[in-house]
Amino acid sequence: MSRRHGATEVGGDADGAAASREPAALLRFDVVERCAHWANALLFAVLVATALPLYFPAVEGAVGRRALVAEIHLWAGLAWPVPLCVSLAGPWGAQLRQDLRRLNRWSGEELRWLRSAGRLHVAGERADKFNPGQKLNAAFTAGVVVVMLVSGSILKWFAAFPLSWRTGATFVHDLLAWLVVVVVAGHVLFAVTHPQSLRSMVTGRIDATWARRHAGRWAAERLGPAREASAERAAAERTAAAGPTAPPTTEPAR
Amino acid sequence: MPEPSEADRGRARASARRAFRSWWPYPGGVEDPATLPLPPPSEVPRVAVGRRVVLAMAALGALGVAVGATVQRVVGDVLGSGLGGFLPGGNRFRIYTITGSFPVVEPADYRLRVTGLVQHPIVLTLDDLLAMPRTRLVKDFQCVTGWRVPAVHWEGVRLGDILDLVGVTPPAVALSFYSYDGADSESLTLDQARLSDVIVAYSMLGAPITTEHGGPVRLYVAPMYGYKSLKWLSEIRVVDRVDPGFWERNGYAVNAWVGASNGRDDAPIE
Repeated sequence: MSRRHGATEVGGDADGAAASREPAALLRFDVVERCAHWANALLFAVLVATALPLYFPAVEGAVGRRALVAEIHLWAGLAWPVPLCVSLAGPWGAQLRQDLRRLNRWSGEELRWLRSAGRLHVAGERADKFNPGQKLNAAFTAGVVVVMLVSGSILKWFAAFPLSWRTGATFVHDLLAWLVVVVVAGHVLFAVTHPQSLRSMVTGRIDATWARRHAGRWAAERLGPAREASAERAAAERTAAAGPTAPPTTEPAR
Repeated sequence: MPEPSEADRGRARASARRAFRSWWPYPGGVEDPATLPLPPPSEVPRVAVGRRVVLAMAALGALGVAVGATVQRVVGDVLGSGLGGFLPGGNRFRIYTITGSFPVVEPADYRLRVTGLVQHPIVLTLDDLLAMPRTRLVKDFQCVTGWRVPAVHWEGVRLGDILDLVGVTPPAVALSFYSYDGADSESLTLDQARLSDVIVAYSMLGAPITTEHGGPVRLYVAPMYGYKSLKWLSEIRVVDRVDPGFWERNGYAVNAWVGASNGRDDAPIE
């Protein structure tokens, strides 16, 4: 048995006979991506925790030490982009860089999903490694880091900017903080209601059957075209969905 | 309840082991990236939406910084002091502390010491203040960082009345104020202190001043930026020179006229 089939036992409830020739699990996030994700999450938690007393008088009353809290908030904010940048910067970031390209690029079907405001269903069997909702979340998060970093810097070093910018930056910083907390709450809700996905951000592994079902095009890329029942199901859905949608790639990735 | 059998315990242990193992990071996984070359992403029609989202957010953010001050004013007027009390853009108070916590002073225990270059040093209780002629003001509170809460109701005693009570003696030219928090201090010249809209306040927003707003008694210096309106006022000392207060030692103007100091052009408090 080849090395990459060696951990079949670790993967858990694979599809029995149908999957006997393929690994039971795929590597969804490598260790660099997982570290970047959790470092990012930790910094975000620190930012929210320190933002509460800075924003709500009632919390400020209970916590006090505003100067210290503001200092922690400032440094956590400046550190926020660091895990991602470090992860991207070296040879260790190959998988992350490729995943960012995947997150950035949208297929025609995914764009139609976006235009339909999420009403159009994108079949998991045709989906890329990330679904359009995840792509949108990733782009939004990246935008949040940029805007919060810039508006926060204007708040901190206000003397260098026109006066009205300070008020404007406060407005933007506060408004986006509310928005990102709502979006991250949704992200966490999805995570706890999809334990397989959450676990893959801890262990890196995702079941091959899950990948076939929710990220079919990616699974086909890694494992070759889907076979038997799942292939027939995918084909049936392709026919049903007929139209300009590109079929999943059929050539094995290697 | 029957004792769990050895087999049951074994099954439970195995199940716990499985649960633990399934969450244990296993970097090698099934595919080892070192041995598995990364294939190119599938070739299908693709548009760089992610980058556009980030750029659009950056543009919106820049727009927000540029026009935020105006939007904030409009939103604040619309929301009023209800929702605006905690939503961004609202006309809300931000509470700043310079120490670890708010000093909590019970109204019954409150004492205001008036000392220094005076004929009769005195200690006033809250009841003493309440018994003095009452001044009511409805005026904005403007912070040097840009936020402004419009039309706040204030009640208290004119600082000038307190000075008359104790009798200022030469060579007095200024006042130093001290806070129950043990750290904050402020200053005013005698001329500034005798303005009719400079009060020792015991009521704010239509109620006794809360602890977070500096209760039971604070200063309200209407024509100046908020940092002049010292909270938890504990002592007024009449002195022979202006001794810059906490915020002034941290770079803010000593004569903190709204719209004419700290490089700001806010509308003066009317």
